[in-house]
Amino acid sequence: MAPMLEIKNLHATVGGKAVLNGINLTVNGGEVHAVMGPNGSGKSTLSYVLAGRDGYEVTQGSVIYNGADLTAMEPEIRAREGVFLAFQYPVEIPGVAGTTFLKTAYNAIRKHRGEKELDAMQFLKLVRAKQADLNMTDDMVRRPVNVGFSGGEKKRYEMLQMAMLEPALAILDETDSGLDIDALKTVADGINALRSPDRAMLMITHYQRLLDYVVPDFVHVLAGGKIVRSGDKSLALELEKEGYAVLGTEVA
Amino acid sequence: MAEVSESETINQATTERYKYGFVTDIESDTAPKGLDESTIRFISAKKDEPEWLLEWRLKAFRMWLELGQEEPAWANVSFPKIDYQDSYYYSAPKEMPLLESLDDVDPKLLETYTKLGIPLQEQKMLAGVAVDAVFDSVSVATTFKEELSKHGVIFCPISEAVQKHPELVKKYLGSVVPTADNFYATLNSAVFTDGSFVYIPEGVRCPMELSTYFRINAAETGQFERTLIIADKGSYVSYLEGCTAPMRDENQLHAAVVELIALDDAEIKYSTVQNWYPGDENGKGGIYNFVTKRGACRGKNSKISWTQVETGSAITWKYPSCILQGDNSVGEFYSIAITNNFQQADTGTKMIHMGKNTKSRIISKGISAGHADSSYRGLVKVMPGATGARNFTQCDSLLIGDQCGAHTVPYIEVRNKTAQVEHEATTSKISDEQLLYCRQRGLSAEDATTLIVNGFCRQVLQELPMEFAVEAQKLVGISLEGSVG
Repeated sequence: MAPMLEIKNLHATVGGKAVLNGINLTVNGGEVHAVMGPNGSGKSTLSYVLAGRDGYEVTQGSVIYNGADLTAMEPEIRAREGVFLAFQYPVEIPGVAGTTFLKTAYNAIRKHRGEKELDAMQFLKLVRAKQADLNMTDDMVRRPVNVGFSGGEKKRYEMLQMAMLEPALAILDETDSGLDIDALKTVADGINALRSPDRAMLMITHYQRLLDYVVPDFVHVLAGGKIVRSGDKSLALELEKEGYAVLGTEVA
Repeated sequence: MAEVSESETINQATTERYKYGFVTDIESDTAPKGLDESTIRFISAKKDEPEWLLEWRLKAFRMWLELGQEEPAWANVSFPKIDYQDSYYYSAPKEMPLLESLDDVDPKLLETYTKLGIPLQEQKMLAGVAVDAVFDSVSVATTFKEELSKHGVIFCPISEAVQKHPELVKKYLGSVVPTADNFYATLNSAVFTDGSFVYIPEGVRCPMELSTYFRINAAETGQFERTLIIADKGSYVSYLEGCTAPMRDENQLHAAVVELIALDDAEIKYSTVQNWYPGDENGKGGIYNFVTKRGACRGKNSKISWTQVETGSAITWKYPSCILQGDNSVGEFYSIAITNNFQQADTGTKMIHMGKNTKSRIISKGISAGHADSSYRGLVKVMPGATGARNFTQCDSLLIGDQCGAHTVPYIEVRNKTAQVEHEATTSKISDEQLLYCRQRGLSAEDATTLIVNGFCRQVLQELPMEFAVEAQKLVGISLEGSVG
């Protein structure tokens, strides 16, 4: 079976500056990959390039997703095709109720898949079921998107969106950052509940502590815009002990 | 009166009107082009008006002449000089011939109707197509009239009110917007041809929302509309003006006057959705909407609330205002003004605090896209007697793209030191992060913009009556079409 995601020799610039310098990564359905690395190694850039953010330019290499050129798609097409990015810093959208936002997104994706759009009642029932798993209240879900949310609430709202939108490829950008231990466990449970043979995950993280709760199949170390080491979960533990310094001069 | 041959009139009229894409005939019931005293007499005679009203009109007309035909120049709008002698000031109400079918209607207009989800029969009515018996608008209107009269509510064209309720009209007409108020109001006073009249008797809560929508069936809205609403002691009325659907309209200049009067403990809620033709994407054509709207909270504990969604017109110039005379009276102004392409809007409100413990609240949301320019202009004035007056003003502007402009011009005049006046203003852009966030969840850039703008406007949208609010949200999206990407 062809891989779900195949990144080959990916080079990308942000504002004219080279940030990714030849990334190679293959992800199959059902796999969880952790991408670790120090600040400035290109972790977030990788997630934005995969999501299709403006200003993040692919200068060389290719990204093939389910056999198609991902970089040629508009961001919303990528999303509808099943690519989900849980943002490191989810942005506030004042005045837009969380449920309205989620319903609009949900139905846009269902429509793309040729499925029937859900009406308000059906939708609310579904959200209620999923929000309970994430310890979210009705009030939290109805509030304007991310407005006045604590760090933990923002990340839980991201996880709720992921649970609702059921992506094929989920990219989790520093989903553990800013979380206390209880919130981390809740979020990790949310992620684990979504692990399935048809779904791949790319967890981008600075620290290994999330990996105690969501155990990856593969761990990659990103430095200077390249993957410098790959291994299994023991690599993460090694990094935790030795620090990124063991990677030598490639780390800025 | 200038002598103009009939064929010349027809010729001018048809060529002039043709540019709006509709073919019309001119009935003989039209006053010749131009404006002088004889035009006023013609209008007044046509409407069989009493002598006092004719005198009132003539007085206004003479005042208007004294103004030297100089429009006010302080607004942040620009347009070519209007030749007031090059217009018609009276046509019989049934001037517009009905089109045979929707096939004759501008497809662009139909596309918009479809997007707004307007039923086919209503589309026909709005576009000026002959409506068949299935949609019996007359009977709907009749049912409403019966229900209203049961409660003693008067809701009729103002020309009918002049005949049937002259004492009310005489007492209140021009009592809120004086004839000499401003250039356009003076002109309107001289030549107004139609509009609505509403009277809610003491202690009556009007059993339904009054909408010009139903009145339109009976009479066409005019170029110089005049609306007068009186809420007697302890009464309540909610009045809806306009329509989300772009209406077929052939007048370029609209100079309406709306006067509201709330007596003791009365409340008037006035909601407007204005979506007249804004001109094309290059700024060609479009309606000039120069409106004077003002409400007087005459009685104690009275309340007047203006809510407006302004998305249409090439130029919008309007400041729905409240004169808070009665002690403890409340004035509110909720506004959304959306300008796209080359539209210009200079809009806001005036809150004049006169009575004790009067309160006012101003929430203004301006959205500019394309090359449009939008200004909020507002005055909060606290008179010496207005002890304990309070005002809260919030003006938010949202910019889409980098070719548009937003301006906020608040005037605050306080002459009573117990007053509390608050003003907050923000200007923001739809950020790339917000757009990416929405698109990453599967929304197109256009849908994302609509969602974000609707969120920005939420405080105002939730003031609209339910049926209006849903359509207004769709309208926000339609107004911003082509502004993204």
